[in-house]
Amino acid sequence: MKAMSRLHQFANPMRFARLSQAILPWAIGLTVVLMAVGLYWGLVVSPVDYQQGDTVRIMYVHVPAAWMAMFTYVFMAAASAAGLIWRHPLADIAAKSAAPIGAGFTFLALVTGALWGQPMWGTWWVWDGRLTSVLILFFLYLGYMALWQAYDEPAKASRAAAILALVGVVNVPIIHYSVEWWNTLHQPASVLKIGGPSIDPSMLWPLLIMALAFNAYFVVVLLWRMRSEILARRIHIVLMQRAAS
Amino acid sequence: MSPFLQTIRRDLILARRQGASAFLAVGFFVVAASLFPFAVGPDPDVLASIGAGVIWVSALLATLLSLDRLFQADFEDGSLDLLVLAPQPLFLLVLAKTIAHWLTTALPLIIAAPLLAMFMAIPPEGFAPLLLAMLIGTPALSLIGAVGAALTVGMRRGGVLLSLLVLPLYIPVLIFSVASISAALIGQDGSPAMMLLGALSLFSLVLAPPAAAAALRLSLE
Repeated sequence: MKAMSRLHQFANPMRFARLSQAILPWAIGLTVVLMAVGLYWGLVVSPVDYQQGDTVRIMYVHVPAAWMAMFTYVFMAAASAAGLIWRHPLADIAAKSAAPIGAGFTFLALVTGALWGQPMWGTWWVWDGRLTSVLILFFLYLGYMALWQAYDEPAKASRAAAILALVGVVNVPIIHYSVEWWNTLHQPASVLKIGGPSIDPSMLWPLLIMALAFNAYFVVVLLWRMRSEILARRIHIVLMQRAAS
Repeated sequence: MSPFLQTIRRDLILARRQGASAFLAVGFFVVAASLFPFAVGPDPDVLASIGAGVIWVSALLATLLSLDRLFQADFEDGSLDLLVLAPQPLFLLVLAKTIAHWLTTALPLIIAAPLLAMFMAIPPEGFAPLLLAMLIGTPALSLIGAVGAALTVGMRRGGVLLSLLVLPLYIPVLIFSVASISAALIGQDGSPAMMLLGALSLFSLVLAPPAAAAALRLSLE
């Protein structure tokens, strides 16, 4: 109960504005530092792969982007659930604001995957299981954003989009495993697996730093988008009031 | 007669009184699938190898086209409001409407499927798996489609949006149904894929009606 009332404190947009104002400089700083360290370590310091040569460096952007693509969808669904259950206005705004960022990560994962696929597999695109499931994730993001656009009232749009996000998050694992079962060429996951990662620490560390950098970047852009969404709604209300008086 | 059965009966009567327009989806199904031989050439080997996929994709699109009928007419004449206000749980009535949709859309597709299988030069031993896969898989199409139809009911240009929302969710059904047919055609055991297809249908049977009911409530506010 106490946790709930604490959650509701953040429903106040003014409090959110103050809090996000306090977090943003730190998050921006963290993003810049982590991104600089991670990119330098990954692109310059880390060793070349004995098979893949320098192209392995695409991994330091590709893998974090793919992780964030999935993480953002789960985040969106969790925020949607919170918005549906507790009618928490900031949760709806968070879900809406996260969608384009997630679509961006998904797009980045697809593009870097194609760039990596060209030298490795000799083709830009293969109908491989994991590539394809990321493509479908991208379609799901597009559908979610299109549904937001289709409603005029934000209150209605948020609930419709929340239902879609929850239906989507139930389906994402089904789609992922069915597509994987369908066809797999992509190398299996080598970091997140039972028995510890099968990747050398000299590559694992920059990869993890890049993943943290992407996370910090997500926080920065999410807060920016949420703040501007709140301001946009406030401007809308002010304009309506002015038109009415 | 229970309200559940009455809802099914009402939708079936409505579909029958619409006459030929109820069969538009089958017409689309047959015409769309018949386009493929023109596109890829009449070679029976090529047609047989893509046949199951072509039939399934055409069935997906035919289902998709018929989905806007599911709630739109009831929304326009106001009977959807009555369904929402009815004392019965809304998800049961949504399920009844979805069953009626399946009976009027998917069942004719299944009946027409052997004709298309013949057009696509699928060997006779593939007929039974094709029909079985359609029988097991199409309920999932109607159920998942009901969620999309409920989300877009009353929208000005809901049809395009509906396809963007629903088609990605249809992919697992497509994969397992075509896999089970292809396995049977090369003499392998198609039953694992068929069972997964059944799992998809049962899973959507549990989850789709409540989600569609929630979406309908919202659309009618």
